[in-house]
Amino acid sequence: MRLTRRPPATPEAAKEMEEKIRLTEITISLVLRIGVSVSVLVFIAGIVVMFVHHPSYASFTGSISFHGLTSGTTQFPHSFSALATSLSKGQGRGIIVLGTMLLILTPILRVAVAIVSFSIEKDPAMTLVTIFVMAVLVLSFFLAGL
Amino acid sequence: MYSHPIVCTILNMTPLDFVISLGLISIVAGVLGSLIGLGGGVVIVPVLTLLYHVDIRLAIGASIVSVIATSSGAAAAYVREKMTNLRAGMFLEIATTTGAVSGAYLTTLLPTRFLFILFGIVLAYSAAATFQRRRSAAPLTVSHDRIANVLELHGEYYDEAEKREISYKVTGTKLGLFMMYIAGLVSALLGIGSGALKVPAMDLAMHLPMKVSTATSNFMIGVTAAASAGVYFTRGQIDPIIAAPVAIGVLIGATVGSKVLGKITSHAVRLIFVVVLVVISLEMLQRGFF
Repeated sequence: MRLTRRPPATPEAAKEMEEKIRLTEITISLVLRIGVSVSVLVFIAGIVVMFVHHPSYASFTGSISFHGLTSGTTQFPHSFSALATSLSKGQGRGIIVLGTMLLILTPILRVAVAIVSFSIEKDPAMTLVTIFVMAVLVLSFFLAGL
Repeated sequence: MYSHPIVCTILNMTPLDFVISLGLISIVAGVLGSLIGLGGGVVIVPVLTLLYHVDIRLAIGASIVSVIATSSGAAAAYVREKMTNLRAGMFLEIATTTGAVSGAYLTTLLPTRFLFILFGIVLAYSAAATFQRRRSAAPLTVSHDRIANVLELHGEYYDEAEKREISYKVTGTKLGLFMMYIAGLVSALLGIGSGALKVPAMDLAMHLPMKVSTATSNFMIGVTAAASAGVYFTRGQIDPIIAAPVAIGVLIGATVGSKVLGKITSHAVRLIFVVVLVVISLEMLQRGFF
C-alpha cells in the first residue's frame, strides 16, 4: 500500500494540490473561529442569566461572597442528565456548562474536519494519523463515563 | 442552594466582582499563553489558588478550560497564517493524546510529590537547553529523518519580524514523539499545561523554528486538553462561575496574542518562554518539596 502522497505529475496538478491544502487550512481555521465565537456567546448568555436570576450576586452591599460558589462543595452540573435538568430550569450555570461543552468540542471537531480534508487530499498516512487521534479522543470520553 | 458557603476573610468579593476581575486577569493569561504555546494555566492556577483561595481541584479544572480557549482562540489565526505546522502538529497529537489518556488513569498510582520534583528538574533543564539554543537556532535545510520525509512534515512560514519567508526541515521525529507522550502524561497527571514540554520537544529535538514551535504547541494543547476534559467534567472540577470568565477573558487575550506573535522576533519569543519555564519549574519544585 502506498502511504505517501502521490507526487503531482504536472504543474497544474501541483497547483491544484496546493489549493486543496490551503482549503484545509482555511476550513480548520473557520471551524475553530465558529466554535470559539459560539461558545463565547453562550458563556455571556449564561453569565447574564445567572446574575438576572440571582440579583444578590451583583450587589455591592450583599453578604454573598463568591467563595460560596467556588468551594470544594459547590454544587453545579457535572453529568449530562444534571446539565439537562439545569437547562430545562433555565439556570445560568447550566448554560455556562453548555458553553464549556461547545468549547471542548471545538478541537475535536477540528480533528474530524482534518480526517475529511486529508482523505480528500488523497493522503492515506495523514488520514490514518488523524483517525488514530480521533479514536483516542473518543476513547478518552468513553473511559470518563460520558 | 449553596449549602456550605465558606466565607474567606482575606478577599471578600461579590460574585460579580469575582467574574469581572477574573475575566480581566484571564486576558493577560490568554496573551501570554498564545505567544509561547502554553495554555495560560501558568497564570490561572496560581491566581485562583493564591489570590482567590479557590479549591485546587476547581483551579485545575479552570486551567483545562483556559488551555482549550487559548488553543482554539489563537490557532484560528496561526493556521491561516501558516505559522502552525499543521501536519507535524497532527502527527505529534498521536503521542500527546495517548499520553493524556494514560496519565488520567495513572494519577492514583504514582506519588505526586515525587512527580512535581522530577518535572521541576526536567523543566529547569529544558529552560537551560532552550536558552542555550538561542545562538544556534538556524533552521535545517536538509533532513534525513525518514518519518518526517515520508509524512512531509517540513514547512515554511512568513516571518513578519524578519520580513521574509522562512523554510525549514524537521528532524528527530521519534524523540519528538517520545517527549510528546511524556508531555501528555504529565499534563494529565499534574494538571499543568503540556505546552511546557511540547515547545522544547519541537525546538530542541525536532529543530522547528521557535515561533513555529510555540504556534504548533498552541495548536496541539487544545486536543491534548480535550482528551482529559471528559474526566475533569465528570469529576465535577469544571465550575461554571470560574469557567465562564476564564474562557471569555482567555479568548480575548489569545486573539490579541495571535496578532503579536508574527511581529516580535523569535529571539524575544524564546526569552519569554525561558522565563515562564523557569517560573513553572520553581512552582513545581515548591509544590513537591513543601
